[in-house]
Amino acid sequence: MSASPTAITADVLDITALVRIVEASGIGAVTTFLGLVRDHNQGRRVLHLVYEAYEPLAERALGRIVDESRVKWPSVTLAIHHRIGRLTIGDASVAIAAASPHRADSFAACRYAIERIKQIVPIWKHEYFEGGDVWIEGATADPDDQAARDAAMRLACA
Amino acid sequence: MRVAIRLFARLRDLVGCGELEREAPPGSTVGAVWNGLVADYPAIAPYADSMSCAVNAEYARMTDPLADGDEVAFLPPVSGG
Repeated sequence: MSASPTAITADVLDITALVRIVEASGIGAVTTFLGLVRDHNQGRRVLHLVYEAYEPLAERALGRIVDESRVKWPSVTLAIHHRIGRLTIGDASVAIAAASPHRADSFAACRYAIERIKQIVPIWKHEYFEGGDVWIEGATADPDDQAARDAAMRLACA
Repeated sequence: MRVAIRLFARLRDLVGCGELEREAPPGSTVGAVWNGLVADYPAIAPYADSMSCAVNAEYARMTDPLADGDEVAFLPPVSGG
């Protein structure tokens, strides 16, 4: 379990450890998010997923998300760990902890982080389902795409 | 000059290999290296419209020039989370 605020790791994610990373004096709220491997996707019965990352760039992209969050919510401390490798149903693939003096900012920053992860972090899931396997392809990653950033911000502040 | 190429996810599967090396004229762009790869592996051509690229583990543009020893990565649409 990495003690760094951002990590791409093959280890089991530990949300309690993530909370410890962001805790500090003056904090009044911690919002946490765990993304789990679901047993179905688009009508398919999912057996397991294999996550792959371009690790050095993925680490930088997580750092960029933390930096973007800090600009919008200066009082929020964020930690994001994303798991790679073979994950089975119910395993946590991503863990986020956002701490702030008040709850509104920690909720918003946590939501912003997961939306941006899906947009700009070079990680791919290979889905193995009953009857076959498929690479899942979502967003074309472009950290400078302002429209994507705005969309993530709208969801965060809804 | 020589450049290292990294491919991920389905792009890697289509090429059959995640790490390649290519000789390229000095000053070649990321796009030129991509076009050379497409010539060898036509199945990857459709990714031109949806992928991203990176040079030395930083996001880049297809018009960026490369230097000897650079690592260029081609990234299908991402699906983390």
